[in-house]
Amino acid sequence: MNHFPEAWGRPRDDIYGSYNPQFLPNSHAQQSGHPTTHTQSPIVTGTSVIAVKYKDGVVIAADNLASYGSLARFTDVHRLKPFNKKAVVGFGGDVSDMQYLDRLLNSLDVKENYSHGHDDAESDKALMSAKNLHTYLSKVMYKRRSDFNPLWNALLVCGLSEDGTPFLASVDLLGTTFSAPTLATGFGAHLAQPILRRVVPDEAASKALDKEAAVAAVKECMKVLFYRDARSMNEYSIAVVDKSGVDLKQKEKLEGQSWAFAEQIKGYGTQTV
Amino acid sequence: MASISSFAMPSEAPTYSFAAAQSASGQPRQHGFYPYTDNGGSTLGISGDSFTILAGDTRSTSGYNINTRYAPKLFKLGGSGPNHEGSKIVLSVVGFAADGNALQERLDTIVKMYKYQHGKDISVHACAQRLSHILYNKRFFPYYVHAILGGIDEEGKGALYSYDPVGSYEREQCRAAGAAASLIMPFLDNQVNLKNQYDPNSGPGLEKVQRVPKPLDRTTVEEIVRDAFTSAVERHIEVGDGLQMMIITKDGIEEVYTPLKQD
Amino acid sequence: MPGFDFSNHNRNIALHARGVPLPKATSTGTTIVGALYNGGVVIAADTRATSGPIVADKNCEKLHYISPQIWCAGAGTAADTEFTTALISSNLELHALSTGRKPRVVTVMTMLKQHLFRYQGHIGAYLVVAGCDPTGSHLFTVHAHGSTDKLPYVTMGSGSLAAMSVFETQWKRDMTRDEAVKLCADAIQAGIFNDLGSGSNVDVCVITPEKTELMRNYITPNQREKKMRDYKFARGTTAVLNEKIITKEEISKYVVVEDVTGEQAVGEKMEVDQ
Repeated sequence: MNHFPEAWGRPRDDIYGSYNPQFLPNSHAQQSGHPTTHTQSPIVTGTSVIAVKYKDGVVIAADNLASYGSLARFTDVHRLKPFNKKAVVGFGGDVSDMQYLDRLLNSLDVKENYSHGHDDAESDKALMSAKNLHTYLSKVMYKRRSDFNPLWNALLVCGLSEDGTPFLASVDLLGTTFSAPTLATGFGAHLAQPILRRVVPDEAASKALDKEAAVAAVKECMKVLFYRDARSMNEYSIAVVDKSGVDLKQKEKLEGQSWAFAEQIKGYGTQTV
Repeated sequence: MASISSFAMPSEAPTYSFAAAQSASGQPRQHGFYPYTDNGGSTLGISGDSFTILAGDTRSTSGYNINTRYAPKLFKLGGSGPNHEGSKIVLSVVGFAADGNALQERLDTIVKMYKYQHGKDISVHACAQRLSHILYNKRFFPYYVHAILGGIDEEGKGALYSYDPVGSYEREQCRAAGAAASLIMPFLDNQVNLKNQYDPNSGPGLEKVQRVPKPLDRTTVEEIVRDAFTSAVERHIEVGDGLQMMIITKDGIEEVYTPLKQD
Repeated sequence: MPGFDFSNHNRNIALHARGVPLPKATSTGTTIVGALYNGGVVIAADTRATSGPIVADKNCEKLHYISPQIWCAGAGTAADTEFTTALISSNLELHALSTGRKPRVVTVMTMLKQHLFRYQGHIGAYLVVAGCDPTGSHLFTVHAHGSTDKLPYVTMGSGSLAAMSVFETQWKRDMTRDEAVKLCADAIQAGIFNDLGSGSNVDVCVITPEKTELMRNYITPNQREKKMRDYKFARGTTAVLNEKIITKEEISKYVVVEDVTGEQAVGEKMEVDQ
């Protein structure tokens, strides 16, 4: 392997001869001399995003790591993006595609602000809700997968719907959407979702849950994910969305880790010292 | 040299072309993007004399994971407002959920546009044919779903249409689709169409007479649907969590939800 | 020659290359766990066996006997877990007889890993080994390729992450017997309800230096509800072309007929409508 990712997985010219663009469709061959390529796999990636609905809003969290394969490449990447005061999007998967979507959402927000005016209670009603945003993003993702040019992400969209009730739903690179009182992407779907479902088994339990309990459950999950997800780190972002707006913290550290079991471990089999 | 280098490569290093490299075993391999997935679950529809029942479980899966315990596979078409008031046609889709939603949205829009343009509700017959055309339109990049459409026909009888992913369709008495279709369909053949059942009072051997199926009443059908699903839950891992049933009569659509096992 | 018969290997490779699929083995796409506690060790398992997406057995036994004080929970290919544990169990019995000592858990673990390593992962047995011997209480995991681990709490199978989420949030050192049983049962239930490969009931086995307690179907959270309809068919519903009655006396000319009654008649009762 060399240092140029563009060259990875491609035949060497000195062995196979150079690529002959004459067999390409005319439109491609004349313009660039090489074929159109789309994202076929993610490169720099973020791991799990987890979220819980509680009685007044939603809690969402994701760690600040961007991995390059197994290398912990960037340790200050914020994967929770507040859209407006009603909605936050959490991104898992490819980081460059996340940044593209973030740009897209910023321009969407600017357009929305032009048409809806000022920062007052009246225009709040016309503000794009988390539900609207989820619909928008699901169309973007489904269109891109249908064009065979997917955005390699799994997203959680959370916040409030038009009527002020908590909203939480997911979209992935295929455009698949679903909603539940607790959601987790990536490794979190295996490891965090069982913990969250124990706390919030159904919508009724979600309506009875208070903010403190929701935050505690999410923090507990971030800890377990750090224990067991090899692509995770101990600094994370956490956001609470409720009627008062978005409360986003981007430099949270894991608290109260327990490695008590480690000291009594000796070897993996017959070793005793 | 048609290489990609917009960057400067070290002079002695080899250059590379675009086509995918050969894999170690000598077989050509392309590791690419696959635009489909299976979200599991099952649906089923039975039509009676004056009603049609559609049902589907509410579990959504990917691999061995449960995405959510409540993702409806039954959709009312037409009607007014976001809750489809006054609607009398139901579409059920099972397979790839993103395609299912896209399909449902398109058909819903068409049913609504029909009403605005013609001033009357679309007939199930017309809606069924339109759905077939939508599916065939994507013959070479299909909607990966098994659809079942239910409603009341122009004579007031229950109507049920079932589809394959590319638009082949047929009006039927009953149909099961999705993950547990192979478990439910033989049960339906036996209990609804009375296949392999002979009149006990008819003569011996070859003189035995097949029992003749007759339209079932609503409670019987509801019970058969419930039993079909509780049994499918026992033996298929992707079916469970909840059962959503829609009963379509001339008066409208009645919706019933019953919990299923969550394991 | 002892061991496996490989005489069909080349034929099967050729068939496979022509598109004949490999036969599907019943796998116990499973949740199994184990935890040490003060004075013993607990292992637990769910009871679902699958063949692809179909449930092959709703109440199978995944806790295998090795010796009175050593038990094994198995995940992976059902046949491999059963035969491997049975083989080691029988070799261990001979070993115990020959040495005149109680068998040790490390011995089982070593025999298992050497057996599995020899077959380079082709024997798909993933095991949690637990037991008490003169050296104390022990808990190991053994993977199909022959690697082992020695930890105070372990999980394996497709539901291992769901089960591990319970251990990572609730495990503590120096638990009592009841706490350990509850923790393991909760871990299995996390697998049952979050992993599609696991389901039905919870089996638990508690091993102490004094005794072993196997609690088959310790929790049954997935009882089937009563069917709405009755599916009894009237006699004569099935078409019969001809009928011939062979009496017991007649068949006794060819084989020995023996009536089996009572408990031994059925190993486990099949679920049928009343």
